[in-house]
Amino acid sequence: MTEQQGSGETITGAQSLIRSLEAAGVTDIFGIPGGAILPAYDPLMDSSIRHILVRHEQGAGHAAQGYASASGRVGVCMATSGPGATNLVTPIADAHMDSVPMVAITGQVGAAMIGTDAFQEADIRGITMPITKHNFLVTDPAEIPMKIAEAFHIASTGRPGPVLVDVTKSALQAMTSYQWPTELNLPGYRPVTRPHAKQIREAARLMLESRKPVLYVGGGTIRSGASKELLALAELTGIPVVTTLMARGAFPDSHPQHLGMPGMHGTVAAVGALQKSDLIISLGARFDDRVTGNLDSFAPYAKIIHADIDPAEIGKNRFTDVPIVGDVREVLIDLVTTLRTEQDGGNTGDYEGWVAFCAGMKQQYPVGYDTPETGLSPQYVIERLGVLSGPDTIYTAGVGQHQMWAAHYVKYERPNTWINSGGLGTMGFAVPGAMGAKVAMPDQTVWAIDGDGCFQMTNQELATCAINDIPIKVAIINNESLGMVRQWQTLFYNSRYSNTDLHSKRIPDFVKLADAYGCVGLSCDSPADVDATIQKAMEINDVPVVVDFRVHRDAMVWPMVAAGTSNDEIQYARDLAPQFDEDDV
Amino acid sequence: MTQQHTLSVLVEDKPGVLARISALFSRRGFNIESLAVGPTEHAEISRMTIVVNVDQSPLEQVTKQLNKLVEVIKIVELDSASSVTRELVMVKVGATADNRGEVLDITQLFKAKVIDVASDAITMQVVGNSDKIADLLRVLEPFGIRELVQSGMVAISRGSRSISERGKPVAVPVPPAANA
Repeated sequence: MTEQQGSGETITGAQSLIRSLEAAGVTDIFGIPGGAILPAYDPLMDSSIRHILVRHEQGAGHAAQGYASASGRVGVCMATSGPGATNLVTPIADAHMDSVPMVAITGQVGAAMIGTDAFQEADIRGITMPITKHNFLVTDPAEIPMKIAEAFHIASTGRPGPVLVDVTKSALQAMTSYQWPTELNLPGYRPVTRPHAKQIREAARLMLESRKPVLYVGGGTIRSGASKELLALAELTGIPVVTTLMARGAFPDSHPQHLGMPGMHGTVAAVGALQKSDLIISLGARFDDRVTGNLDSFAPYAKIIHADIDPAEIGKNRFTDVPIVGDVREVLIDLVTTLRTEQDGGNTGDYEGWVAFCAGMKQQYPVGYDTPETGLSPQYVIERLGVLSGPDTIYTAGVGQHQMWAAHYVKYERPNTWINSGGLGTMGFAVPGAMGAKVAMPDQTVWAIDGDGCFQMTNQELATCAINDIPIKVAIINNESLGMVRQWQTLFYNSRYSNTDLHSKRIPDFVKLADAYGCVGLSCDSPADVDATIQKAMEINDVPVVVDFRVHRDAMVWPMVAAGTSNDEIQYARDLAPQFDEDDV
Repeated sequence: MTQQHTLSVLVEDKPGVLARISALFSRRGFNIESLAVGPTEHAEISRMTIVVNVDQSPLEQVTKQLNKLVEVIKIVELDSASSVTRELVMVKVGATADNRGEVLDITQLFKAKVIDVASDAITMQVVGNSDKIADLLRVLEPFGIRELVQSGMVAISRGSRSISERGKPVAVPVPPAANA
């Protein structure tokens, strides 16, 4: 069964936990101590692991996500029982939706107290069952090394995801013998990574037969580290590429084949290409409702090749003609090999007319915005930020208008440089997410592009950043509103702005708030000052910087497909729909 | 149209595994018609027999989701032609001195077994498939069913092989290529 290695010496469960985390390769943990997890914090003081004391457990969870997304390593967060654990629920759910490899360690009340409604008791294993890839309750200290090893293996392999390990205080306090396992016993866990050769051949055949194919690239391409292989396939075939919100950066924005982001706020070219295509090659994407719009009218002429490491995603929302279960990178390698052989035999796809049509759409309907006569345009701020900070910067975002603008107006050239909350849509992700990314990649500039609403949900982590030498930069796109909700109120609720006015240009004073947190606070409300303000922020690298960009509040995110309608109804500006001539295609 | 499907699910015998599985059905919007859990020929493996009423396509989705649970080792759909299904029911019916003989005749007819007798009631157990149990209950109805308890269905494949060795795992996602 299980072979183990290690000294087998007698130590406490808490020591065993910390040693196990070291053995799993952990170098950084985000967390907050409390009663039940307290025993683990004592040996942590003597460990090589850097523990970053956050101000709220939600911040610990999002930081672990940012850490994992930026580096590809498993992010780790730690909290005590009860409220400590329940405060992790949002980031755990977020990591589950976006397939982020993360391990959450929580303390639990003593084994004898479980089920008694003890102080700070919550059934966190039960609570997180539907939002974790797997979770454990450990009551026997001897099991600690094995469960930690299993948690890291499960979190980081197959389709990545969050794993929670709940350890009772009694297990942490008891004496046990430590042995790090060399083999895991997980008979029910066997992720398939190698694609089936027959499916690859079938996919290649469909690709060669099709006349209007699109590479529909999802977040799985980023998680599998398949950007190079994607570029190889795209350039070998010439097929146009769209990258979803989770896949921004998987394919260079500067590449002529790139049509941008599809979906509710996608580019006309990306949405239009999917709608008119005859073959969608889905790579680690999941036909999310924000991409497909009304499912029945999504890409009505397209056959589907669906490659995903998670078999349950295939055929979940859309019928699949060629299912391929496997790691996207391996799928791409095999597809390139197969198609190259075909090409050598003189068999190439004929996409000329289609590529020209897509390029025409891209040229005719670029994303754009109106510059207001007075005031500052939020899109302009984000665009300049992207230009001045460049493609090596890591950008995180909260959720809402600023997120969509950050997805469009920053030009991404590399994977893992765009980190956001895609599936769950968690406001407040940006600041702690940036903190985690900066800890993982200290040599890279990290900008949190945040909204004034989002920022006020998690900004206390600025204290963590200032104290722990984590110099992130925050651009608050301050339109003093819950902007995306306000946009919907403008469009669908007769401009009745119920409870979306945050008054954030008055309260709080973000510059003073930054100052109070030991950060540098800057402010900008004029287009003429944008570049200089960004430059100034870029020059400060010893402390976090917060810039309050006071933008005009009526800017809206375009293009847009109204919720529940067909992607054919896309508007690139209010009441302006693109004209497609069917004969052109 | 929905159809009844019987899934045999082999799981690791660990705490919480039943909660995971029932929660998954609930979250994905499926009603479990019947559920039975018990040990198997392997000490560390439990077997669940789950009966659901669904279309083929949602069944495939729920099976795939079940397969993602780390503690689920194998899922096999048992079809009625190549498997045997049984349920156990215990039922308490009114039976006085006047009609006790009739009730006992029915008991014999259905190969049921009397497990308790009171002055005005008989409690019996019967083992069978769903049809047989439904028939029995229909015949007992006029006597007055005072209490009834029924187990979940258990099912086993016919022939010499064990599903823990081989079987048809439903999880493999191979819808035929539409244009093949």
